[in-house]
Amino acid sequence: MSADALTQATDAAASPGDREVLLRVRDLKKHFPIMKGIIRHRVGEVRAVDGISFDIYRGDTLGLVGESGCGKSTTGRVILQLEAATEGTVEFQGRELTSMRGNALRKVRPHMQMVFQDPHASLNPRMTVASIIDEPLFEHNFGPKAERHAWIEELLRLVGLSPAHANRYPHEFSGGQRQRIGIARAIALNPDFVVCDEPIAALDVSIQAQVVNLLEKLQDELNLTYLFISHDLSMVRHLADRVAVMYLGKMVELGPVDELYDDPQHPYSQALHSAVPLPNPVSESFRERIILQGDIPSPANPPSGCSFHTRCPVAQPECAQRTPEWREISPDHWVACHFA
Amino acid sequence: MKLLPSCDAYAPLGSTLGGNLISESVLEVSDLTTRFNTQDGVVHAVNGVSFELRAGEFLGVVGESGSGKSVTMMSLLKLIPMPPGDIVGGEAMFEGADLLHLGREALRKVRGGKIGFIFQDPMTSLNPVLTIGKQLSEPLILHRNASKREAIERGTELLDLVGIPDAAQRMKAYPHELSGGMRQRVMIAMALACEPQVIIADEPTTALDVTIQAQIIETVRELREKLGTAVIWITHDLGVVAGLADRVIVMYGGEIVEQAPVNHLYAHPSHPYTQGLLESVPRLDQKGLELTSIPGQPPSLTAEPVGCSFAPRCKYAFDRCLTDNPTLTEIGDPVNEHLVKCWWNIAEGKERYER
Repeated sequence: MSADALTQATDAAASPGDREVLLRVRDLKKHFPIMKGIIRHRVGEVRAVDGISFDIYRGDTLGLVGESGCGKSTTGRVILQLEAATEGTVEFQGRELTSMRGNALRKVRPHMQMVFQDPHASLNPRMTVASIIDEPLFEHNFGPKAERHAWIEELLRLVGLSPAHANRYPHEFSGGQRQRIGIARAIALNPDFVVCDEPIAALDVSIQAQVVNLLEKLQDELNLTYLFISHDLSMVRHLADRVAVMYLGKMVELGPVDELYDDPQHPYSQALHSAVPLPNPVSESFRERIILQGDIPSPANPPSGCSFHTRCPVAQPECAQRTPEWREISPDHWVACHFA
Repeated sequence: MKLLPSCDAYAPLGSTLGGNLISESVLEVSDLTTRFNTQDGVVHAVNGVSFELRAGEFLGVVGESGSGKSVTMMSLLKLIPMPPGDIVGGEAMFEGADLLHLGREALRKVRGGKIGFIFQDPMTSLNPVLTIGKQLSEPLILHRNASKREAIERGTELLDLVGIPDAAQRMKAYPHELSGGMRQRVMIAMALACEPQVIIADEPTTALDVTIQAQIIETVRELREKLGTAVIWITHDLGVVAGLADRVIVMYGGEIVEQAPVNHLYAHPSHPYTQGLLESVPRLDQKGLELTSIPGQPPSLTAEPVGCSFAPRCKYAFDRCLTDNPTLTEIGDPVNEHLVKCWWNIAEGKERYER
């Protein structure tokens, strides 16, 4: 595979603008076994993530887009070691995580946190806001109680809530406010890296902008690095510095946000881009659309060769046989397609 | 009996996007008010909503969750649970009769027969233990007195029409054997089955992925050209209606706050909420603009609206907005048919009406 080439390329030639690589993912795979029968023997596997390689630079936001089931959330979870990787490496601040266990891993965890999609399910309804935010602080020995309490009040202010909210319960808050609590918990331990897994998908349109503005503000103030997982291409364009597109467990394109949106190279990125409805009736009526045929194949039985060839408008016979290489077509712009 | 003509036999109605609309109205709703009597008090879900739907028209209804957009449309066919729901007042004229005062049997004939409904989640609105064919032929047998064989034949035709490959085989399939996009196509086919005059689609693409959504929207576009059915399309996505609708209604707090032909609404949004909504959506075709968020939360609706329900979040609000609820009134050139429910004239930076 091209993982070595990728490492070399980013190490030697490119390292664009001397940006520090915070997270380096190489050839990462996560396969979930499918068990059947009374003795639960393995009959196959779901290839949720199937060999992806990329870097995230410090202070950057990498947008990760794709449709449901393409493996974008699994990618986030495997990076944070919430799921064990099947294969491949995740290097965070120069340390390899997938082989780490127990206490060593526990020492790394405060530096990488997660904001979850559903603010209703990710907050314990029986805990007050203060105890929800206090939990990671207590677990990782942040300091004595008074100090923690002062920091919790500070955090609440930082995410746009009031310290008076500290003793309330999650059900007393709206979806947008609950997401703010989730964000406060994620940044409580001063992490370097936050995985935002569809943090705005469950919110109303007018509330989405509030939360996105908050995430941007916090990134500036705390020098955070984000992996922003979303299916909302417009929001990713707004927020991300670099964008990666996933399809069926594989990355098909990765590049700087403007390049990827103005001149997408992979046929899937092009189709995805053209499928997003624009809130402008005039440009909508002149727009050329690429309508993909058929449905997304099952990741338990992905097509041979290029996994997109069954729906690709420009597929050639060779696409069904040969898996396209993950190659850099211009500085920091990677594509997996024979014809890009 | 020639049960159903093939689609070519439908006379295409003249209405095209934004063009000359046929002004004859098929559905006229006035002053619809729906409340829910819950344990926590009365929820004022729909507060005096009036609108009309014209023949062959595509009407987009935009609003956030809790804005009353779905409850409004479901009230028309009494599809809300009653109790706790209660249609307190109003009128919905359809084919010379008031839908809100129809008897059970008459209402049954309208539901699915004359007004088709497409629901948001195709997995929960299809019966998992019946085949697609069984479910698709049911309305034909019920409303059109079709024989079983005719119904199956027409059902296959319909599946073909909505772009399901291998339609005859799919008739024998169960819902779980189809993908989300396919199930939504089946829902569309069911809504079309009895050639209704009106189809109400409640967020039909919200649960779908974006490339599948594009497929469904393309199918709907084609069907519209072929069939000319009037459609009410409920959504929270300003992008989806921009490319589909002739006219758009914006709802907030159980009321219509703005209503205009699609081009005019996006070019000249005149209600602060519509403006805020358009500004808070990042644009794929424009970059670098900062997102302007609307501060605050949507109203709780547990109290009857006194002033304008948007006033607490509105940057233009002044004293009158808090005490007086504005009515939906026409602004500008009557040709534009642009209606706004607001005391403030944003374009001119002053009060809209003399006091």
